Amino acid sequence: MDFFVLTLAIPLVSGLLLALAGERAWAPNLNVIASLSTFLAAVLLTAEIVASGPRFVFGETFFIDSLNVFFVALTAFVGLTTSIFSGPYMRNEREHGKLSLPRLRLYKSMFQLFMFTMLVALTTNNLGILWVAMEAATLTTVLLVSLYRTAASLEAAWKYFILCGVGIAQALFGTILLYFAAERVLGQSGDALLWTHLASVKGQLDPTIMALSFIFLLVGYGTKVGLVPLHNWLPDAHAEGPTPVSAVLSGLLLNVALYAILRCKVLADGAIPGGFASNLMMGFGLLTLLVASFFLSRQKDVKRMFAYSSIEHMGLITFAFGMGGAVANFAGLLHMTMHSLTKSAIFFAVGHAAQKTGTQVMEDIRGLIKINPVIGWGLMLGTLAILGMPPFGVFASEFMILTHAMKHHPWATPILLLALGVAFAAIFGKVQPMVFGETHAKRLPHAPAITPVFVHLAIVLLFGLYIPPYLTRWFHEAARMLG
Amino acid sequence: MNADMPLSAQLINLFASVILLLAFAMLAQRRVLTLINLFALQGLTLCLSTLVVAFTTGQAHLYWSAALTLLLKALLLPWILHQLVRKLNVKSEIEALINIPATMLVGIVLVMVAFNVALPISELSQTITRGTLGIALAVVLLAFLMMITRQKAITQVVGFLSMENGLFLAATSATYGMPMVVELGIALDVLIGAIILGVFFFQIREQFDSLDIRHLEKLKER
Repeated sequence: MDFFVLTLAIPLVSGLLLALAGERAWAPNLNVIASLSTFLAAVLLTAEIVASGPRFVFGETFFIDSLNVFFVALTAFVGLTTSIFSGPYMRNEREHGKLSLPRLRLYKSMFQLFMFTMLVALTTNNLGILWVAMEAATLTTVLLVSLYRTAASLEAAWKYFILCGVGIAQALFGTILLYFAAERVLGQSGDALLWTHLASVKGQLDPTIMALSFIFLLVGYGTKVGLVPLHNWLPDAHAEGPTPVSAVLSGLLLNVALYAILRCKVLADGAIPGGFASNLMMGFGLLTLLVASFFLSRQKDVKRMFAYSSIEHMGLITFAFGMGGAVANFAGLLHMTMHSLTKSAIFFAVGHAAQKTGTQVMEDIRGLIKINPVIGWGLMLGTLAILGMPPFGVFASEFMILTHAMKHHPWATPILLLALGVAFAAIFGKVQPMVFGETHAKRLPHAPAITPVFVHLAIVLLFGLYIPPYLTRWFHEAARMLG
Repeated sequence: MNADMPLSAQLINLFASVILLLAFAMLAQRRVLTLINLFALQGLTLCLSTLVVAFTTGQAHLYWSAALTLLLKALLLPWILHQLVRKLNVKSEIEALINIPATMLVGIVLVMVAFNVALPISELSQTITRGTLGIALAVVLLAFLMMITRQKAITQVVGFLSMENGLFLAATSATYGMPMVVELGIALDVLIGAIILGVFFFQIREQFDSLDIRHLEKLKER
């Protein structure tokens, strides 16, 4: 049995099944089992690719190499932990009267379909299909963002749909231009949008068209990554949607969009002399990092604040890939992994905390350590991890990015340090009283699933202390692919 | 533009100009139903121009995409929009944020920008349709302008779909259309998007008793 086919088929089939079957008693279990099987298939696929190198599936339709198999494994893993987390979380929401049964059904089936679209986007070899899958990923999550049907959530979903729709339309124009450039070299055929074909002739692509195309692609997919000034949808969608959705949007969707940019950057770098694509990404990255970090201190809603923190980290990662080269690419990939794991863990902890206290306003959440020490410590440790405190993996990747910047782009270092410092002050200052302040809270009918928080944090901690050699090899391999 | 241009190229340029003209007409339109009809007309023109390109170049897959355009952009989507307007009792007047003449002037500037951006690329293209790339970009920008300056959710959606028309025109004009599988995927996305929007309209209306997006401006940085 082909593990790749399983990785894609399980979320698709289970998504349709969950939609058809309706909200039964076994639906949450099916959701978890499907995510677990997807994850197992992804792990086996990864093992296969690491052992025997890149390969095509179904002719040249899909292409799996060490770069995207790494994202596939990460996506499947966070998908699994989120489905475990969402079981009790959604049951609590149901009993608080916030969600009806049909909406739970919508949530589960859309969640699986969302996983499917992301996995297609990651593994397809065709840049046109990549666009289609990215747009489909937006479509599957729009109704999830508005799941509570409150005025604010409808507004957030509307903004998300329109802004990402417009953004992704720019990316389509970029794709058309790319096809136009490719067609002059590869001829009129369906092959001219296949990434592997494009990569083999990237030196011959016309630099003028490629430059314009990359700008459109960066702006288009950048809207989904949350790059400033196109980030407006992101905090709203994260704050108003259900917490499991915030966790996968932050932990996975942003990564997938960034992956799309990386694939295009490889082509643009080959076609355009003088580091045009790199400079553009460095500029956007720094701007994003700086603006987001200053917005952090003004936030009152806890999920909104962590959404801004996601924007900030995406900026840092974009900057790292903009610098390019083996070390910076390695650091960028590591930081993406660490951010995914840490940020989704934080959202899990925040979700439970918000349920316990019945609010997302930070000033009203106090003394988590007394209400539930496990959630309190989960949030505290997660926050320390995301702020780049030493034993955790985020420190390792941020340290690599900083030292690389000091060596090759010293002008950027003060900006990086300023932004990271401001972010630290803002987030730590707000989370500390949430965890250690005086309290008033209620009991939840369903015990929260807190394991995912600590599983994620344990991995992040492990990466900070010791990265297993086979993982290092794998990261190096992927970083080398990016040039 | 030289006189010995083949008839087909002239036809394509004509259709492209009509599409641009319709984009301006949509920008100036005050009534929702007429706006939807103009959008349908734009889809029809797009289909005709695709047919001419298909006939001239003998690209078989372009016939399919012309058929797809006709079905989706000229018939199905306008029909869905008409149904929505009827079921939701949308008031027929459109309120614009900027008055219409000012919007038109901004539109003219956008067209000039689009032509300038597209110029270096058009020169590189060998297709008979290369002149229309600038027009396509102009249609995209005009649709974008419409989305920014209008207050009704439904007008924003028509703007969004009209942007898709511009992109499609760009695809046929620069490259004789994208590969079939991609085009099918795009059509599917547009269709699902329209359906989700329909669902969404009902949710918005249920919540606010209106489709005015002024209600959707509460989430701001304070």
